[in-house]
Order: sequence, then structure tokens, then C-alpha cells
Amino acid sequence: MTVQPASKSAAAIDRARDAGRSALVCYLPAGYPDVQATIDAGIAMAENGADLIEIGIPYSDPVMDGPVIQAATTEAIANGFRVESVFDVVAGITAATDVAVLVMTYWNPVVRMGVDEFSRRLVEAGGAGLITPDLIPDEASEWFAASDKYGLDRVFLVAPSSTPERLAMTVKASRGFVYAVSIMGVTGTRQAVSSSAERLVADTHAAGAERVCVGLGVSNASHVREIAAYADGVIVGTALVAAIRDGGVPAVADLTRDLSTGLIREEA
Amino acid sequence: MVDAPSENADNNAADAFLQGGSLKHAPGPYFGGYGGRWMPESLIAALDELEDTFEKAKADPEFLAQLSDLNKNYSGRPSLLTEAKRFSEHAGGARIFLKREDLNHTGSHKINNVLGQALLAKRMGKTRVIAETGAGQHGVASATAAALLGLECVVYMGAEDCRRQALNVARMQLLGATVVPVVNGSQTLKDAINDALRDWVSNVDNTHYLLGTAAGAHPFPAMVRFFHEVIGEEARAQILEQTGKLPDAVCACIGGGSNAIGIFHGFLDDPSVKIYGFEAGGDGVETGRHAATITLGKPGVLHGARSYLMQDDDGQTIESHSISAGLDYPGVGPEHAYLADIGRVSYEPITDSEAMDAFKLLCRTEGIIPAIESSHALAGAIKVGKRLTEGSADPSETVVIVNLSGRGDKDVETAAEWFDMLDEEGKVKGTNLSTRKPKGPSDRAEPEAVPTTAAPATSAADNNEDQN
Repeated sequence: MTVQPASKSAAAIDRARDAGRSALVCYLPAGYPDVQATIDAGIAMAENGADLIEIGIPYSDPVMDGPVIQAATTEAIANGFRVESVFDVVAGITAATDVAVLVMTYWNPVVRMGVDEFSRRLVEAGGAGLITPDLIPDEASEWFAASDKYGLDRVFLVAPSSTPERLAMTVKASRGFVYAVSIMGVTGTRQAVSSSAERLVADTHAAGAERVCVGLGVSNASHVREIAAYADGVIVGTALVAAIRDGGVPAVADLTRDLSTGLIREEA
Repeated sequence: MVDAPSENADNNAADAFLQGGSLKHAPGPYFGGYGGRWMPESLIAALDELEDTFEKAKADPEFLAQLSDLNKNYSGRPSLLTEAKRFSEHAGGARIFLKREDLNHTGSHKINNVLGQALLAKRMGKTRVIAETGAGQHGVASATAAALLGLECVVYMGAEDCRRQALNVARMQLLGATVVPVVNGSQTLKDAINDALRDWVSNVDNTHYLLGTAAGAHPFPAMVRFFHEVIGEEARAQILEQTGKLPDAVCACIGGGSNAIGIFHGFLDDPSVKIYGFEAGGDGVETGRHAATITLGKPGVLHGARSYLMQDDDGQTIESHSISAGLDYPGVGPEHAYLADIGRVSYEPITDSEAMDAFKLLCRTEGIIPAIESSHALAGAIKVGKRLTEGSADPSETVVIVNLSGRGDKDVETAAEWFDMLDEEGKVKGTNLSTRKPKGPSDRAEPEAVPTTAAPATSAADNNEDQN
């Protein structure tokens, strides 16, 4: 991974590392139930232990998402969510906190706006970069150019099925951190964290990644504790979406605080 | 991606056509600026494995012999090329020939592709296949191939399509497949593909995704075309035998575009042959309720490929509309996008109404009930025939081939509704015959494989029963 001091995500992860713990990465989709609620929830996550925040763009065909996130993003679109509102969310959170804010998006909305234009507006809003679940480095030449031009982080995904060659290539292409998908599947809460995650993180580190965060199926402090033992960051999504759905911003704040208790690495 | 194609232009067979080379064997992953792999990393290893298996199989005489044997002795290939003499009178007098994919086992071209892919699944050691289906034809074909080769089969089908094509749901269940009604989004083909992709990413170790059209991530567009190339190769030889010359035009309907790319393949390198793809114009392209992706869409990425796409200003996919479930898809195969851009193939919309007129005309003039999908190609052929024969002293010199991609048995209820043949209870007017519930042991329990949510068609039938 190219190490650039300008990477906001890397800096946030390093701050956590310096404090002797993994970083907590919290996801919510923009515009669910409305744009202001996402800003309020983002600030609440930052104030209750999140080091990085991922704001998802609701998309009509979210093939990597399970039922909870699908339902939330479908509702956001039905409520009139427009893609450019994501910049308001990013700006709203970065203005009030010092967390790194990334946008997680399927690729077509970025293509439609124009990769350069999207990147320019993301930087203007204070965003750290993009997480791209359906964009692989092989197809990302336009994104390489724009992310270099604007100094944005490029967070690509690696999976238990990734070959050593693809791990090496993806690590090299990424900036900020590498997103390790803990299991072969879509987003959603699960009983246990897959054993494949630890091996994938080790392989990704061995391939040269300095920062690897684990997501998919992480939903409680116990999961966080398990992953924090070997990963640089722990990503939680579906559980937070369920929290905002059922209890609004206060529930998001409570869950984030609880999740953060799992971050401290117990000394062996 | 804008700059990806230039990197691949040198080895892109499609580009070579512009310099007098060949278009028909474009290998992917790119077709001009379209195609590629816009997919989650989790699935890349499976796509690589599939590509590798396909490339080896294509060069393996044993595999080709196996496929050819199934095509001949199971599907019933070659399919006929039938001259539609009475129908031709309505097309300016041009001679219209029908490539009879409707006569294949399972009633459409879909069997060509599923047999090929199911054989590949076996080669990869997969024990389970999943498929999406719109009209149900691909689901039926997949269930058929799975039964034949001893594979488990799960078919994702939009709940709205399950309602429109209840007969095909039952057919798949009879063949031992599990049908999962998809209730997300518009509950049609694109949402079925989304759910199939979610299944695939979760079960990729033992599962092959048997994609039904020449779209999606590489190697699917080139691979699905390969399995359908037999349509074009047969049609070319048959028309030469029957008329002694190449046709003036070839017509096919376009949803994702697999039947079309199969027949086009036979003629892409014959510059004298005009090629037409007919998209679903729905209520009319001016109404916004259509599936005319190439005519009105804009380039974007969906389901793994860059291609034309019906999308709004935010890049959200727009729901498509067509009377034909098989054409009701807001995307299109990337090779078609390329063929449209370079002008080799003309793509035009056909409205529901035009398609249904052609449907009825073929029934009445030739004794063939076509699929509503294929009726779009028939309606297009009428226009093309009139256009090409205008001012001609001998219109019968003009020869047009239509790919009759499927038979219309599955569409009888839709057609009966369209032509106002049903009363309010869904019975054929003037009779006591219901199109919705065949006579039979209605009180018997549903087959085990049917999820309880698979009920839209059944509950409609039950309502009828209550009214009786």
C-alpha cells in the first residue's frame, strides 16, 4: 500500500493504534430515515468511539447488501434521497467532529456524476475517500487518476477467495486501508465471526498492507473484541442500521459506545 | 471505463471489423468501451475459474462432441428454418423465414446456453446451479439441464413475473427446481439477478451461477454467445440452401440479447446483411414505460458489465416496462452496446401493441403461436420487410430471417387478456373454462420444494376457486 501522510483514514487508524487499540469503523446509509438524521447519527458515532465513519449511498441494485441495509436504502430512495446529498452528510459530520469520513458506494452513481466531479465534491465536503464494493482495481483507472488528483483514499476489498496475486495487486492499489470481507456473503448480522477473517488479515498484511480493517457480520462488542485482536480496524454496518431503524440516534450512540468497549487489546 | 478499451483495442476482434476484419468472434472482456468486470472481489476468483474452464472446454474435442450430441439428440437441433408465406404478405411481400428456436426442447433458444453452462458446472465440480428468470424460459431450461445432469437447481424469479408466468413456475417445480420469488425492487428480472448474485457470493464454493443472457461480467457475454452461435451458423447454412443467397436482413428481439447475438453471429461478417435488434417499447418510448435500453439508455455499469442502461440522473436503475417478461430488463448485453455504437446493428423499439398485433398475425397466418418476446422481432420484420421492398418491382427478391426465439404457450393467458378474451373472473368468454386454474386435484398439498412465499400465482387461483 502506498503510504501517504495525507491519508485521513490512515491517520485515524494510526491514532487508534498509538492509543493501543484497533480503530472502530461505523457505517450508516445517507438519507435514512433522512439526511439530517444521518448527520446527527454520524456525529453521535464520532462522539461515542467511532474513529472512521462510512456513509453509504443508497443504490437501486445493492448486490453486496443483505435485507436490513437493502430495506433502509430502498426507503431512503423512496423518501427522495439524491446522490449529491451525500456531500451534505459528509460536510455535516466533518464540520462537527475530527473523524475520517469515507463514502461507500456502488460504482454506477459515481460514473453517472462523473468520477472527477464526484471526487472534487467529496474533497470539498471534507471526505477522506471511497470504499468501492463493486469496483475492482482492474477496472479503476479513472478512479486512480481522480483519487491521485484530489488526494482521496481508495479502499478496495479483499475476500477469502482472493488469490495471492490478487491480494498483492489490490493491496498495492489501495490507499488508507484495505477492507477485508470476513466471509463469502453479503452484509448482515451473524452469530459468529468467520474463522476465515483472521487468515485473510494475516495474508493481506503479508502482501504488504499496513492497515487492514474487517467487515461483514460484525454486530456486537464480543465480535469487535475477537477481530480487534488481529485487525487494524473493525467495521460495523448492519447492526447500526438496525439501531437507527429501531431506536433512532440515541440507539446508534448507545451501540457505538458498547462496540467501542471491545476495541482494547488485551495484553497477552 | 473510458480508457479501459483503448488498452484492449489491439486484441479486440470487434475493432478489427472496422478495418475489414471479423466481428463475429469478439472474445471480451471488452467490446469497444463496454463489458469488463464490475463485480465484487469476492466473485472474481469464480469468474476466473469459469473463464479458464470455458476456454479449455472450447478447445476440447470431447466437450464439443458432448455438447453437439446433446444439441442433436436432446434439444432436437438443428432447428428448422420455416418460410412464413402467408405472414410474408403483410411484410411488403418480402420473403420472411423463421428460425424455429421455438421447436427446441423446453420451447426456446435458452436450452442452448444452459446445456453448455451445466456441462461446465460439472467440469468445475459444482453440485448446484442457480439462475435468474424473467419469462421463466431460462428458469425452465436451467431446471431441465439440472435434472438431466443431476445438479441441484434454485431459480430466482421476480414475484411480479411469477404472477405473469405461473405456468412456468409450476414447470420448474415439476422438474425438481426450487423457485424463489423475489420481492425486492420492481420484482422483475433485474431484481432476480441481484438475488442470484447474493446467493452466488454466499455459496460460490459449490454453486455455478447459470446466467441466462449474454450480459454480466466477463466471461458471461462471450461465453453465452458461444453457446448460441449454433443458431446463426445453422440459419446461414439453411438460408443459403433454401434461397441460394444470403438474406437481406436478420431480425431478433433484445432483452439481455442472447438469442439475438446467437443469430447475429452468423451474419455479422457479411456486410450485405442488414441486422436489426428490436427492443421492448412497452407503452411507447415517449411514455417512459418501456425497456428500450439502447434506444434511450445511457452507458453505465450494472450486474458486472459496462453497457447501455436505463438510469436516472443519479445513476439509479429505472424500472423497465414491457408486456413481455423476457424483455423487461433495464440493461443489455455489452456486445450489443458496441454493435449499436459502430452502426453494424440497428436497434429499434417495438411497442406492446405492435408486438401483440404481430403475435396474432403469426397465429392466424402460419399456425404458430410465438412467444411475446419473439413477437417483437416479428413486428420489426414487418416494418423492415415493408421498408426494404418499397418501390421494388419484385418484393419477393427480398429475404428476411426472423429469430423465432420461443413459443407462446406460456403467454396464452397474457394474450387472452390482451385480446379481451376473458371475463371478469378470468374465464374464457362464453365458456366455463378458466385460464388460471387447470382442472385437477386442487385440494392436494403444494409440492415440498415450493417456499410458502411462492404463492402469488397460487393465491390468485385460490381466489378464483372461491368465486366459483
